[in-house]
Amino acid sequence: MEIADILIKFGLIIVIFLISLVVAMYSTYAERKVAAFFQDRVGPNRAGPWGILQPLADGGKMFLKEEIIPTNATPFLFIVGPSLAILTACIGSAVIPWGQNIVIAGKTIPLQVTDINVGILYIFGVVSLGVYGVMIGGWASNNKYSLLGAIRAASQNISYEISMGLSIIALLLVTHTLSLGEIAQQQHGWHWNVIYQPVGFILFLICAFAETNRTPFDLPECETELVGGYHTEYSSMKLGFYLFAEYINMFISSAVMVTLYWGSYNYPGMDYMNGLLGPTWGPLLGFAVMFFKVLLFIFFFMWVRWTIPRFRYDQLMDLGWKVLIPLAIANIVITACVITFL
Amino acid sequence: MESLSNKKKVLEVKPLNFWERAYLPAIAKGLSITMGHFFKKPVTIQYPEQKREFSENFRGQHSLKRDENGAERCTACGLCALSCPAEAITMTAAERQKDEEHLYREEKYAAVYEINMLRCIFCGLCEEACPKEAIYLDGDVVASDYLRKDFIYGKDKLVEAPLNQ
Repeated sequence: MEIADILIKFGLIIVIFLISLVVAMYSTYAERKVAAFFQDRVGPNRAGPWGILQPLADGGKMFLKEEIIPTNATPFLFIVGPSLAILTACIGSAVIPWGQNIVIAGKTIPLQVTDINVGILYIFGVVSLGVYGVMIGGWASNNKYSLLGAIRAASQNISYEISMGLSIIALLLVTHTLSLGEIAQQQHGWHWNVIYQPVGFILFLICAFAETNRTPFDLPECETELVGGYHTEYSSMKLGFYLFAEYINMFISSAVMVTLYWGSYNYPGMDYMNGLLGPTWGPLLGFAVMFFKVLLFIFFFMWVRWTIPRFRYDQLMDLGWKVLIPLAIANIVITACVITFL
Repeated sequence: MESLSNKKKVLEVKPLNFWERAYLPAIAKGLSITMGHFFKKPVTIQYPEQKREFSENFRGQHSLKRDENGAERCTACGLCALSCPAEAITMTAAERQKDEEHLYREEKYAAVYEINMLRCIFCGLCEEACPKEAIYLDGDVVASDYLRKDFIYGKDKLVEAPLNQ
């Protein structure tokens, strides 16, 4: 590999990293604004025009707060917890195809950090690592509420990973590949996978809510029962990292859903637009379309949060094991039958 | 048992049908309800910039009134302090000097007049007790502060601004 290629890759990584951080940062602001709008309020509007500096103010507050490590906590693991949470949240974006190959100054650059042929498995691996951050943090706090929150998070994530994986299998039967880049290419124009796999998409969506610990599945952070859940003992930026990781996870899982089911960077009439705009601006428009879809999904996450109340824990487990897994298996069987016999 | 009020209503609990058990239609309905609120005008009043209008008989911070010549009406009779159920008012009386006739309406006046705003319950009894129409609770909301001692308002904060200034 030439030096230039390495530099381009490096630049791409930095850009994607920055985008996910900025999106996560402004998701906190958007969450508060959206919550306010849903409740006929105004939301944060004092820091800067329309309050757009609010995330900076929050971040500054987080950094300047006193860092407290409880006496009975295990200091090393206490720090490892949030670090692991944010690390696993950030590395998920590496295999997501953000656009078609773009030509800049005669050089073709793929808008994907790496197109490994098991991209989906990589995503799953990273997602299941994510629960370790929560688990370690909750356990190292040496506090019963933190531990209960961590146990809830772990069992919830493990339960929903199964139905998530099963819902993906039906999709793989359709796509015949595990590479996210190829899956994105297959959905050219309007051939989006959600048309062929609507049930699979709904299952995946529900599981994504559970995996990112969002309402209605935010039981690990259930204030009424668990104080703060797994991050009860955390303060300053370590708490910030946990909260931040949740928003990055939301961004990544939105991107994964868009890539797998909602046509990634594809949109109807893209060939015409690509011909019109050329090989540099065409893919950029594709990237903008993808980004727009991702933002819509993030908005949907928030919309659901301010609509649906939290599940009870036994209901959560019932839904995961008795409804979603049988549905996913039925979906696989039906998809397989359709593909084989038609 | 027979219902006496005739309002008794027997509720029938039906088992949920398939769509009700599937939750998704109900969730979609909930989402549409919240989306309806998304585009509603916020009901927030941006407080320091905007203020909700007070009712006509709102009782806010006290003010000690002046007469038509700009002299203080209060004669330090102490009826307000006596009527105050919260014992928030204290005062010290003083005799008017020869050259102070333009400052004080009566021969006796309040040299010190203090209201403890933390004690005051804004009942308005001082206003009713005053024979000289010298005190009215016609001000704004009493501002917040950091120290208890700063809530004891003296004449500097209570007396109306002079007329010709």
